[in-house]
Parts: sequence; C-alpha cells; structure tokens
Amino acid sequence: MTLAEMPFILPDLRPASAELFVLAMACLILFVDLFVKDTRRTAVFALTQLTLVGAAVVTWAGTSGEVVYTFSNMYVHDFLADMLKQLLYLTDIIVLFYARAYVVDRPLLGRGEFYTLTLFATLGMMVMISANHFITIFLGVELLSLSLYAMVALNRDSATAAEAAMKYLVLGALASGLMLYGMSMIYGAVGSLEIGEVAERLQAGVANHSILVLGLVFLVAGLAFKLGVVPFHMWIPDVYHGAPTAVGLFIGTAPKLAAFAIVLRILANGLLTLSYDWQMMLLIMAVLSIVLGNVAAIAQHNFKRMLAYSAIAHMGFMLLGLAVGVVGGDARFTLNAYSSALFYVVIYVLSSAGAFGMILLMARAGFEAEDLDDYKGLNRRNPWFAAMLMMLMLSMAGIPFFVGFFAKFAVLQAVVASGQIWLAVVAVIFSLIGAFYYLRVVKLMYFDAPADPTPIQAPLEVKALISANGLAVALLGLFPDTLMWFCLLAIRLSLSVFA
Amino acid sequence: MAALHEFLTSLFGAATPTIWIVLQIVAIVLPLMAVVAYLTYAERKIIGFMQVRIGPDRVGYWGLLQPIADALKLLVKEIIIPTGADKALFLLAPILSIVPALAAWAVIPFSDTLILADVNAGLLYAMAVSSLGVYGIILAGWASNSKYAFLGSMRSAAQLISYEVAMGMALITVLMVSNSLNLADIVRAQGEGIFASHGVSFFSWNWLPLLPMFVVYLVSGVAETNRAPFDMAEGESEIVAGFHVEYSGMAFAIFFLAEYANMILVSALTATLFLGGWLSPVSFLPDGLFWLLAKISALLFFFLWIRATFPRYRYDQVMRLGWKVFIPLCLVWIVVVGCWMMSPWNIWK
Amino acid sequence: MDFKSVVFYLFSAVLVFASLRVITARNPVRAVLYLVLAFVSGGGIWMLLEAEFLAITLVLVYVGAVMVLFLFVVMLLDINLDRLREGFWSYLPLGATVGALMALEMGVVIGGSYFDLFENRVPALVTDSNVKEIGRLIYTDYVYPFEVASVILLVGIVAAIALTGRQRRQTKAMDPAQQVLVKASDRVRLVSMPSEKLEDSVPQAGE
Repeated sequence: MTLAEMPFILPDLRPASAELFVLAMACLILFVDLFVKDTRRTAVFALTQLTLVGAAVVTWAGTSGEVVYTFSNMYVHDFLADMLKQLLYLTDIIVLFYARAYVVDRPLLGRGEFYTLTLFATLGMMVMISANHFITIFLGVELLSLSLYAMVALNRDSATAAEAAMKYLVLGALASGLMLYGMSMIYGAVGSLEIGEVAERLQAGVANHSILVLGLVFLVAGLAFKLGVVPFHMWIPDVYHGAPTAVGLFIGTAPKLAAFAIVLRILANGLLTLSYDWQMMLLIMAVLSIVLGNVAAIAQHNFKRMLAYSAIAHMGFMLLGLAVGVVGGDARFTLNAYSSALFYVVIYVLSSAGAFGMILLMARAGFEAEDLDDYKGLNRRNPWFAAMLMMLMLSMAGIPFFVGFFAKFAVLQAVVASGQIWLAVVAVIFSLIGAFYYLRVVKLMYFDAPADPTPIQAPLEVKALISANGLAVALLGLFPDTLMWFCLLAIRLSLSVFA
Repeated sequence: MAALHEFLTSLFGAATPTIWIVLQIVAIVLPLMAVVAYLTYAERKIIGFMQVRIGPDRVGYWGLLQPIADALKLLVKEIIIPTGADKALFLLAPILSIVPALAAWAVIPFSDTLILADVNAGLLYAMAVSSLGVYGIILAGWASNSKYAFLGSMRSAAQLISYEVAMGMALITVLMVSNSLNLADIVRAQGEGIFASHGVSFFSWNWLPLLPMFVVYLVSGVAETNRAPFDMAEGESEIVAGFHVEYSGMAFAIFFLAEYANMILVSALTATLFLGGWLSPVSFLPDGLFWLLAKISALLFFFLWIRATFPRYRYDQVMRLGWKVFIPLCLVWIVVVGCWMMSPWNIWK
Repeated sequence: MDFKSVVFYLFSAVLVFASLRVITARNPVRAVLYLVLAFVSGGGIWMLLEAEFLAITLVLVYVGAVMVLFLFVVMLLDINLDRLREGFWSYLPLGATVGALMALEMGVVIGGSYFDLFENRVPALVTDSNVKEIGRLIYTDYVYPFEVASVILLVGIVAAIALTGRQRRQTKAMDPAQQVLVKASDRVRLVSMPSEKLEDSVPQAGE
C-alpha cells in the first residue's frame, strides 16, 4: 500500500474545537508578538484575553450533557470538562487582568512569551481536563508543567526565581517520572491505557493485583506531587515564594482545576475498583496535609509562603472529599463526595485568585508586597481593598456565611456520611487552628498602624475585578446552591459510575 | 559468486555464513581504503591543476606513489600523547571516527543484488551510524587537552548537529516519494516514471523533482564531512588544525582516512538517494556497478572543485545557512511534496 | 539457551554495567560516554525485539544528537569532582539502606509473579515494515497525543528562547550596507551660531 492509497480518515474534531482554537490562536499570537514593537504588549494582551473569551464561546456552543469520545477514545467531551474549562478560562482572564500592571512594570516578565506561555499552559490544562487516556493525561501534565517552569524562570535576573524554577523543574520531572512509572505498571497489569478500558478490565478481574497496587502507589504519588499535598508538597512554598507573583497567582489557581480533573478521571473513572487501596492513600495524605499546612502556615511571615501552606491545607481538604466516595465497596456516596470536592476546588481557586490579586495590586515597580507587615493598616490606606481582602481571608478560613464555609461544610458532610467521624473532627480542629493565620491578616489590616501611609491606587478594571472577586466570595456564601447544583450535575453526567 | 560460496562451504562447513560476511566486508573495505589513498592524490592533483600548478610529481610516475609514501611516513612516525591528555579517550577517538565511516557501507546497494545487508530501515541505519562520527571529533578535541583542539571540536560538533537536521529533513522527502526506507528500493523507485518509460531515466531520478532537497543534501553533506568551505573544525589559518592538532603518526592518519571515507560515503549516499544509484541514465546502456562508481567519482570531483573555489565560511554564516535557510526550506518542501503527492499530479504512483 | 538469549544477556549485561558506570565514573565526560554505551545497548535490545525503528531512532536521536549536546555541556563545565564527591561516602550507608529496602519491598510485593508477564505476552509481529506500521498508528490512532507532543516541543523552543534570548546586541560589528548608505549630512551638521555664554544650552550635533 503506498502512501496515497492509505485511507485517510479525519477524526471527529468538533468535540475538541476549543483546544484547536486555543492552539491556533497561541501560534498566531506567537507570530503577532514578533511584529509588535510596543513594550507594553497591549495587542498581545488583548489578543490573549480575546482568545480566552473566544474559547469560552466555543466551549459554550459545544456544551450538551452528553459524553462524547473522539481521537480513538483518547479525548472525552462531557459536562465536567465543559464546566471545568469555563472556570479555567474565567480564572485565566482574571489572572491576566491582575497580572497586567505587575508584568508591565517588569520588563523581563512583560514580554509576549508571558502571554503565549499562559495560553500554552491553558491548552495543557484543557488537554488534562478532557483526557481519557493515560498518554494524553501525561502529555497534558507535561505541556502545563513545561510552560510553568519557563514562566517561573522568566524573571531570570532574580536569584530566587531561578532557584524556584530549578526546584520546580527537578521535582516536577521526578513527579512525572513517578507518574509515568505508575502508568507503565498499570499498563503492564491491565494491557490498556485507555481509562474506560482499564476500568472494564479491572472489573473483569484479570489483572495481577500486586502489580496494579504498585503502579497505583507511583501514580498516586505523582498526582499528589502535582496537587502539592504532604508528603509531596516540598516544592509548593518555594515555588509560590520564588516565582514572580503574577506567575505564582497563575500556578496557585488554574492548575488546581486541571489536577482535580485528572485525579477524578484516573481514580474515580479508571481505577474505581481499586478504591479501597487509593482511598487509604488519599486519606493519609489528606490528613497530613491539613495538619502540616495549617500548622506551618502560622509560622510564616511572607504572605506568599503563607498562602502556599494554606494551599497545601486546602488541597488536603479537597482530597478528603475524594477519599470518602466509596464505603465498604458501596458507591452510594460518590456523587455527594466528589461533587463536594469539586465545589471545594472551585471555591479555593476563586479565593486564592483574589488573595494573590491583592498582592499584585499592592506591588509596584521595584517593590513586592510580600511580607505580612506590608499589609499593616491597609484599612487606613484603602478601606475598600481591606474589606475585600478581609472577606477573602474569612472565606478561606471557613467562617460562616462566606462561601469557604460551605465548601468545607460540604466536604465534612460527605466525610460524616461515610461514617468516619474522627476524620471530620481532625479536619475541623485543624481548620480552627488554621483560622488563626487568616485572622492575623485581618488583624494586621485593621488594628495595626501602616508603615507607609500612602493610599493605594489601582487601575479601574483591576479595582472592579477585585471587588467582584471579593463580593463573589460573599455572595456565593449567601447563595451556594446554584454552584453546588452545577457541581452535582457535572459529576453525575460525567462519571462512568452513574452512566 | 555461487561457485565461490559452494567452495567456501566445502572448506569451512557450518562457519561459512560468518566467513562469507567477513569476506564481503573485506571486499568493501579494502577497495575503499585504496580509493581513500588515491582520493588524496586526486585532490592534490586536481586542486593543483585548478590553481595552475603541477601537484605531486616526485614519487613514481606523475607522483602516483605519493599516497603510498605518505602512508609509510605516517606509519613509522611516533604517536605523541600530550601531557594531561586522557590517554584512553585520546586513542579511542580516531577509532570512533573511522568505524562509523566504514560501518555505514553495510547498507549501500552496489547493484540490484550486490548489497551486504539488505535491511528495511537501511536509510535510517545509514543516518544513525553516520551521526556517530561526531564522537570521534569531540573526544579528540577534549582528550587532547589543548584549546585549539577543543575549539575545533566544539565548532564541529555544533556544525554536525545543525546540518544533520537539514540532512535528515531532506531525506524525509526522499523516503516520502520512494515509500520505503530500504536503499535498494529507493534506487528501484527512481527507475520508474514518465521519463524512465521513455528511455531517459536520468530525468526520473530524485534529483530533478526534489531539486531543492538535492542541493540541501549535497551542501549539508559537504558540511557534515567538515570539508571546505565548511572546514571550521580544522580552520588551519585560525586554530591551526582544529581537533586533530595534537595527533601524529597513525592516529592522525586514521582521522585523515575517516574524513576521506566519509566524503566517499556521502557521495555514495547522494548517488544512491538522488542520482539513481546503479541505474543507467539512458535505457540503451546497461545498469550496473560502474554507474554507481562513476556517479561517486563525479560527486567527489565536485567536493574537490568547491574546495578549490570557495573561501571558508565564517562560523555564524555556517550556522545561519543551516538553521535559517536549509531547515525552513526543508520544512516547506516537505509540505510541498506532501501536497504534490496527494494531488492528481502525483508522479510517484 | 538459544543464540537470541545469549545476545540478550550480553546486551543487558553491557547495559547494566554501563548504567552503573554512568553514576560511578570519576570523570563526567566518561560518565556521559558510558551513558552513550547504555543507549546503544538499549537500542540493541530493542533490535532483538524486532523494533528496529525504535532502536535506530534511539541511536539517531539520543546518541547522535542529544548526547553530543550533553557532552558539549559537560566538557564546557568546570566540574570540581572532589567537591561533588565530598559527601558520597558519608551518605552511602543511608542511601544504600534505603535503596536496598525499597528494592526488597518491591520484590516482596511483586514476588515471582512479575515474570509471568513475559511469558504470555509475545510482541505482536508486524508483517510489513516496522516503520510503516508505527507511522500509520501515529497518524491515525495516536494523532492526538502526537500533536500534543509536538506542542510540547514548541513550548520547549519558546521557553528556551524566552529564557536565553537577550535583546542586547552581541557584537559591535558594523553593517556595511548601512555604512555605505551614510551621507555627510548624517555625520556632521554645521551650525552657525552667535557666541554665547557657557550656561546657555549648546545645540547637540547629530540630532
């Protein structure tokens, strides 16, 4: 058969139109960037934002509730993917607006590559979210990670950034290696890499259990690395701290959504039969993360580092939701448990974006508002911003009637429903301990005298956005039902258990 | 041939296949060495004529024994190992540079049936093996513990890697149109086509439809062998002799052998891939080994000709040509050939 | 043991030995060369499995290109071996214990059952050329991961250029084309002006 005679079958591209759009636009922006002389890169920034809006429209147009596979079942298009992608675009748009002034002030960061790498990272996350095959999961993770490594190092004159990038790269590569090794073990035991098929063959019970579990351990370790939970959390504080704040904001928000997606797809869709094994691992990691994250955060004086440890604690909390889905072989609780975890991660991303946004807002050329002391007396410098940051902090601490409370509440409910009361108790106790460091920020803002009493100025769109972000935390706290309903719907429509 | 094989079987019994292969290898390598020797002579004579001087004429008639005299001289000279050199690697380097130059000959088809290893992925094999030659040069430069040698080896490593990319991409079009990686199949595919059916297979060979790639391959071939005008690695006028400045005696001779063997190899590959290998250009003349030899000789003459004609490139120009001219050109041409093959005007059916 | 097994064990032994030497060789250049040897023996093992495309590509890409660049970098770095090795012996007992424990645990978990895997899985032999078969799969079933992988490479290029490509000029060389185009009026401007006191602004030539 010669080349010309080979049948040429185009795969169904429609489900993946958002990915194709983002890829095409990213390449276009690379070209446009070549010819843009403007050092502020306004055109590149605008095009990037337009791409994200366009992708949202494309995704919206393709949303149905059905599960569609394409590219030889390597790609899945379902409601969960659509919802996470929309949240991803939204997060990206917010991140880019927050980061705009910061990167323009810093010539090394504010080049076109910042925007194109953001788009490529976004593409990587989209691939992760829609992955239905271990290979695509791995490639998505790598696309995301590679873009992030480069973004952390973009500010190459900064020694801390270079150190953070190096640590991130080395540990990230190690995590990828672990994940890949785990995948290869599972492939060896099951004979397939496609998630649906892995689940089927596991159910048929032909696989060698010990090899499966060995693979599972490596796989979960790799995933835990990417999520940043104890004991695979070492990179988080250094990277959050060392990365330029604009990049830290990006790392601290959007990738959590994608990581949630792959964890759910691998563990809940593919390896549900092994739930006894991986739930144990997740539980241990979750408890350790909640304990270590909350305790270590208290000792921090750097706001970014504090947020890093808070991220570890939050991811632990999220894992709690994923770890209690199946009780004694009964999958009755999965819907509530997984949707509470989804709800948690969405809320975390929202609050975390706001908190990092405040750091970016306070930073100026040549000054990073990283220390907690920089927030002293914020109320006297700008009462509105202080109020917004207070709401974000209170929500993250889980004070009732902010949305963070409902997120924690939903997860705890799922934990209690699974009958593991002691877990809920531990989680609550350490959340209370954790509330200390959030409230400390509030105390600094309202009861301490500012070191530098100059009022804080910000561009209008950033002001509007941070207000919207802060108010959203409060409003969602009053009306959490809609988002919760969407989370339930996404899990119910997309997980194979409910098909 | 068959009779010889039978005779060997009666002589050696079960060990015959091994002996047979060894004999074949010897039959390739020995003439190759002779060709290398006389290629150096040809080079001096031809460049001499081009520069209106006589060239070697003292040893034997018209200087015909000059290569022998050179070889003898090098044989009896001492191999000096510089102080601080890494002795093992210093001695390993020349071997690493000659072995790939010889090993790649295994897949070159001399005629329809005359081929040492008729493997499916012959083209890939040839590329892989010839890409190993760079180790000899790099190690020679490093192990010599001399800055000129080191500079030369760094230059040559960068140059070889750059041009390997262009070369590989040029080959992609060849394997696209031949629909095979087997070198013999590639030659056979060139014997078919509209012109070939009219008796002038010369115009059906790959050089015409893939002309830009032919040029890219040929020029990259010159660069790959570190020949003028791409002889930055030696650069006598700036870094005395580059990577082999510290070598003497036989070690030096082996580098010399490797360079010329590589030249012949690149010529043979070019002849096979673009100029129809053993095929005759016109149908009233028979195909055969002598056509391949004639093509190789013509290409070798071309190598010497451009050495006598062009001044040496500057280093950044070499890199610019490789990365900014050849590679984009190849990328475009791959797409062009792809579209051509899918269009109704496809001439390679 | 047939001939194939002998070759397999030979290649494997060389592979293991070379890999060991990669981490124990005193000289980094030699370590890289042992890595090259390891790649070549790995390629040999693949060749035994009739995956000639993978084998040759391994040699072509890793040995022929990647490792050359690796060697390049290692040669240019001034690595102080003694300082690198300072902690080696003091950390060795701990490292060796951990490593041995891990190996032991894995052994216990997997037991003898792992080797059964090889028995019942014969590589699917392709009748046509290996290369064609891989090409067909890559452009049909695996087109999506293949394209994503190419995007990853693109990001690699973008990242490398973003991290290294400084905007400053590397050389002070003149562009002859620009030099030829220069006019006298670009170089010198003669201004007639009345004499002034020093503190008055002096017009700059060449503005």
